[in-house]
Amino acid sequence: MAEKLKIATTSLGGCFGCHMSFLDIDERIVDLVDIFQFDRSPLTDIKHCSEYVDVGLIEGGVCNSENVHTLREFRKSCKVLVAVGACAINGGLPAMRNFVPLEECLAESYLTGEGIVNPQIPSDVELPLLLDKVHPIHELVKVDYFLPGCPPSGNAFWRFLTDLAAGQTPTLPYGLVHYD
Amino acid sequence: MTWSESKQEKVLTIVCKHEKRQTRLLQILREVQEEFHCVPRYAIEIVAAELGLSRTKVEGVVQFYSLLSLEQQGRFHILFSDSITDQFQGSRKLMDYMSAKLGVKPGQTRSDGKVSLGFTSCTGLCDQGPAGLVNGHWISRLNESQIDRIVDMVEREVPVSSWPLEFFHVEDNIQIPGLLLQSPIEQGEALKQSVRQGFDEIFIEVTRSGLRGRGGAGFEAAWKWRFCAEGPEDYSGLSLVGRNERYVVCNADEGEPGTFKDRILLNSNAHQVIEGMTVCAGVVGAKQGFIYLRGEYYRLRPKLEAILANRRANNLLGKSILGRNGFDFDIEIHMGAGAYVCGEESALIESLEGKRGVPRVRPPYPIDRGYLDQPTVVNNVETFAAVAAIAAYGGAWFATHGTEKSKGSKIISISGDCERPGIYEYDFGISIAEILMDCGAENTLAVQVGGPSGGVISGKEYHRKLAFEDLGTGGSFMIFNKKRDILEIVRNFTHFFAHESCGFCTPCRVGTTLLKNQVDKICDGHSTALDLVGLTSLAKFIKTASHCGLGQSAANPVLGSLSHFPQAYKDRFKDVVFEPGFDLDESLETARQMSLRDDPWAHLEQ
Repeated sequence: MAEKLKIATTSLGGCFGCHMSFLDIDERIVDLVDIFQFDRSPLTDIKHCSEYVDVGLIEGGVCNSENVHTLREFRKSCKVLVAVGACAINGGLPAMRNFVPLEECLAESYLTGEGIVNPQIPSDVELPLLLDKVHPIHELVKVDYFLPGCPPSGNAFWRFLTDLAAGQTPTLPYGLVHYD
Repeated sequence: MTWSESKQEKVLTIVCKHEKRQTRLLQILREVQEEFHCVPRYAIEIVAAELGLSRTKVEGVVQFYSLLSLEQQGRFHILFSDSITDQFQGSRKLMDYMSAKLGVKPGQTRSDGKVSLGFTSCTGLCDQGPAGLVNGHWISRLNESQIDRIVDMVEREVPVSSWPLEFFHVEDNIQIPGLLLQSPIEQGEALKQSVRQGFDEIFIEVTRSGLRGRGGAGFEAAWKWRFCAEGPEDYSGLSLVGRNERYVVCNADEGEPGTFKDRILLNSNAHQVIEGMTVCAGVVGAKQGFIYLRGEYYRLRPKLEAILANRRANNLLGKSILGRNGFDFDIEIHMGAGAYVCGEESALIESLEGKRGVPRVRPPYPIDRGYLDQPTVVNNVETFAAVAAIAAYGGAWFATHGTEKSKGSKIISISGDCERPGIYEYDFGISIAEILMDCGAENTLAVQVGGPSGGVISGKEYHRKLAFEDLGTGGSFMIFNKKRDILEIVRNFTHFFAHESCGFCTPCRVGTTLLKNQVDKICDGHSTALDLVGLTSLAKFIKTASHCGLGQSAANPVLGSLSHFPQAYKDRFKDVVFEPGFDLDESLETARQMSLRDDPWAHLEQ
């Protein structure tokens, strides 16, 4: 049998809802691991991508400097990079802060907001810095596919990945992108 | 806090002056804006209550039109034209100069409430720019010394009505008159001829002339009139006794950047335009007409009102025109308020009805269901001027000029890099090369025919001809020489469409902004070959998926320049696969400062 395809997943500025929905493929995950081997992913707790990964699924938008590094690592390793879900594609809910200047966001959270004890802006080299705006991932790296939905359904993940594994251009029939 | 009684009284007076008619909403709001330098919340509530509209409806209208504002503007509100030709004449620099002198940034109102600055799309003075508006009044040929004087008068609070007239001096600037401009009709000539011959005969003359609409689309005028005259009653078999009203509308919302021919026609040939409307009314059986005058042409209004009054006094408007029983027709002027999309006829009609200028779904076309759902003819200013000439001199006279499919002449407004910008009138069929020669254009890189929504042509196509069957235009003719950067032009046009999108349909509302961001990315030097792939597919999508002409043409500057000047794009590309369109490290600056960090982990490479 041919070598398995490698797949890596991560959540940047996301809620892990897309990952949860991915797991909604239920028992088909047994079939999936016949084709794919999971590389870096919260599911495996592997911390970094292998040198060569076939498919990278990115959930969430780019909110801070760590997101940028993670995204760039994925882009470097993954042959096919996929923006998964509303936040990766458009910035989504976290991008609602784009309407408020970052100064005000930080001040409200750490300095002036109600019930704050010992007000100070967190400062440590281990803490990622916030970007002044939240960006969809295609504004930072080249993205090969967009898997829409908030979240995309388990069936959409299944269809997408099995198409890709079969060497076909992934297509989502209307039923899989029709949300109400 | 409640509003003082005197302020409430002022709003009520305005509302009553307009007989509390919902169709006058936009006119009411314009006057409120003029009085208070904004449309205050309290005024919105009064207007809504008096007109029987919801508050949100009224506020929605305020937010739609760029010359209306919910925010307080200065007692002197100064707008600079942001059209590309004004930019190339140094408008941005002059704005910086003025902004520094007054101590207020564009888009803001100074804290003392005296003055506010801003940009507006195009003021229709491209031949005598850099131009702008002070409290709605034109100011042209701006330079630093003039701005010094303006700033001085603003600081001393000299009311605009007392400013020296030279500030508002605007020339017609006719360089080459042609068929229409050379032989203007005598006042009443066309109408006398029409009454003598009968309107059926005049309709035949208009048909014979082959006149096509001068706004750009080029629909045959006579066809439009016939459909309007016949109207929906004929299809449904209703008797003519219960006939609907008919309306005649003159589209003077000349908003396409680079177009200013209607400014001249309305300034110097308004009699002829109005006479053309009256002839049309006689043919289609309309009792009421409107001139929809773009907000930026505010200064023309008093003159037009005087001409209307004069014509009423001479029995050329009003009841039983020229003594013909039953020939009643009058005209109202409706002011626009800074919305390019209202040049689209169905959006214009929405605006005439006092609503947001959102284009309607067509069909039904205005000729079937237009103003107040009644059959309505909407024609361009120049079309009506031509109608009057045709009625006076005959269709054959007109049809001997021009080409097979484009009869007569076209008035074009030339601006940009040439020695003699201004108004030129040619018989259809003239080549671009001849026009360039006439206006003294040298080293021409490109000509934008028909404004941002039209098309760009480059050197190898200057043999092409001005005619509906080749290069159609509503009148805008912008010339750019080889010192100009084509991508800066594309950027200006793309920003224009993103600003003017009415927001009704998603492909245009979202698409024009995405397009703007992409073009900015290219101009700012962050683009790669890959961006072009996305840009092209986005442009094609906007063109095919948008609801109205605005969206369908919003990508023309990108698509046109890509096919004519691909090298201009390639020259900007970086030799990497991809790069963000913004300064990544800079976007960490706020967080760095607030957390007092500057370690290596607090920075990002582009």
